[in-house]
Amino acid sequence: MKIAVCVSHVPDTETKVKIGSDGKTIDTSGVNYILNPYDEFAVEEALKIREKDGGEVVAVSLGEDANKETLRKALAMGIDKAVLLKDEHERDSYAVAKGIAEYLKSYEPDLIFVGKQSIDYDNLQVGGLIAEFLGLPSVSVAVKLEYADGKLKAEREIEGAHEHVEVTLPCVVAAQRGLNEPRYPSLKGIMQAKKKPIEEIEAAQAESRVKVLGMKKPPEKQPGKIVGEGVDAVPELVRLLREEAKVI
Amino acid sequence: MSTITDTPEGISFELSENQRMVRDVARDFAQNEIKPHVMKYDESQEFPKAIFQKLGEIGFLGSVFPEQYGGADMSTLDFVVLMEEISKVDPSVGLGVGAHNGLCTSHIFLFGNEEQKQKYLPDLCSGKKLGGWGLTEPGSGSDAGGMQSVAERNGDHYILNGSKTFCTHGSVGDTYVVMAKTEKNKGKESISAFILEKGMDGFSVGKKEDKLGMRASDTATLIFENVKVPVENRLGEEGEGYKQALKVLDGGRIGIAALSVGIAQGALEHSLKYAQERQQFGKPLSEFQAIQFKLADMHTEVEAARLLAFEAAYRKDKGLDYKVAAAKAKYFASEIATRATNEAIQIHGGYGFIKEYPVEKLYRDVKLMTIGEGTSEVQKMVIARELLK
Repeated sequence: MKIAVCVSHVPDTETKVKIGSDGKTIDTSGVNYILNPYDEFAVEEALKIREKDGGEVVAVSLGEDANKETLRKALAMGIDKAVLLKDEHERDSYAVAKGIAEYLKSYEPDLIFVGKQSIDYDNLQVGGLIAEFLGLPSVSVAVKLEYADGKLKAEREIEGAHEHVEVTLPCVVAAQRGLNEPRYPSLKGIMQAKKKPIEEIEAAQAESRVKVLGMKKPPEKQPGKIVGEGVDAVPELVRLLREEAKVI
Repeated sequence: MSTITDTPEGISFELSENQRMVRDVARDFAQNEIKPHVMKYDESQEFPKAIFQKLGEIGFLGSVFPEQYGGADMSTLDFVVLMEEISKVDPSVGLGVGAHNGLCTSHIFLFGNEEQKQKYLPDLCSGKKLGGWGLTEPGSGSDAGGMQSVAERNGDHYILNGSKTFCTHGSVGDTYVVMAKTEKNKGKESISAFILEKGMDGFSVGKKEDKLGMRASDTATLIFENVKVPVENRLGEEGEGYKQALKVLDGGRIGIAALSVGIAQGALEHSLKYAQERQQFGKPLSEFQAIQFKLADMHTEVEAARLLAFEAAYRKDKGLDYKVAAAKAKYFASEIATRATNEAIQIHGGYGFIKEYPVEKLYRDVKLMTIGEGTSEVQKMVIARELLK
């Protein structure tokens, strides 16, 4: 089985995000980058399938040289090889998916994993777009997978329930938290990752269709309000929740 | 955080990509696997076996040893990064990792013959077996040459009698390296090192210590009553044990320096967070200059200590002499860490004195740092001896 995992290089979840001077991008100075957390579930699931059924897992990332650090983390977790689709320019989800899909046409994987979303721009589009470009079925927000006899049974997390679906391979699966418990890269894995090559290919050209006009930080959180104490405060609290906060 | 590496332009103070990855794994592991259980193990003084099993699985118990013996072949610099991250969250787990790597396993790696390395290192590196190391005795600490344990040669084996005290992993270890004299009433020139295994006839564990801090780290007395130790378990030649032990301690001290840096950094981070949250006189503590100065001192000192630890590790990795560098790093880092935890409690006020805030534990744990693997006074002896040479 040939498995491709698409990984993105995103700011650490603990980053205090600052908007850049152009007002359209984030200020990346001093930001620590990590392997997108949802992609970790994707990597883990790919490794589990390889460990059970054999085959090869390739990690693919589209972006700058800096993305190699994230590819190396995937290699340290146990991925067999890594491919960097190089492009220095910002791309929207459409152009990222197009670039990756073009590469995957030549690699011909049986299974393509993505994280359900990247925690940087949160568009949740790349998995579905890749499937569309390649004409493949896609399963989003997967929390459980079972592969047997060329078919994949998946459980999807939907509002208040789980949906059970079945697809034929090849297909695209977007991993959701809960799919598995990603392994820590072992120290041996980290040392071996240094020796594994990262193939670099110019990413296929694709024009972005969504243009970012500007970014704004959400308003500062207001401090809490103490309405009163004990039972006497309840009517006022209910009134405020209803009229001011409008949550009930 | 910074480190020292060679670059074509001179010295860089950036962590390498590899070190960043090691740091991230150690940080994630400490947050997810250690942090939720810190106080449970501290209070019960139970050794966290499950944590050590996982540490073994991800290679932390054989980090600096070559792949051929099951290690991860990391540099000492990488190890310093790893130790700091683990120790920031739980110094007693850091102590276990440091002692296992830096004392027992390191002793066999440095002075064992090929057969001994093949036999013992793979299980130690994988964490299948836990290592202990015995030098100190009830009657001899800094004066290691005054030890009483004796191993008398009898044909193809030695008969070992005596005891070792304050042995890390004393009651939970599987493989031990212990020092004993091969001739009674002789000095340190008759000290030799031996590999012992749990279950040998006459080898038993005495009292497990009830400690001020580092309570999740297992510390116990080892008792030897006519233990038959095969000659092939001797490390190196007879009489080489004392010199070997000093060399092992030189390396171990880099680990203790990194551990101390972790404690100091932890104390600083908790203090920074608390100082910005806690309000007094209508504003956060962090707006008072008295508190700002404490934070500035802690930060400056921990950075300086870290650079000393990195320098010692760098020298070891380069094959340069690192004895004095390790002594300086261990001495300085342990002293500033002691100060940092003291100031951390002062910043926290009454809340620092109770167990709900993590600085209370750091304050208790840190004191071992100026004592274990050579007291601060011993480190100063080592440094001064070099200066006056």
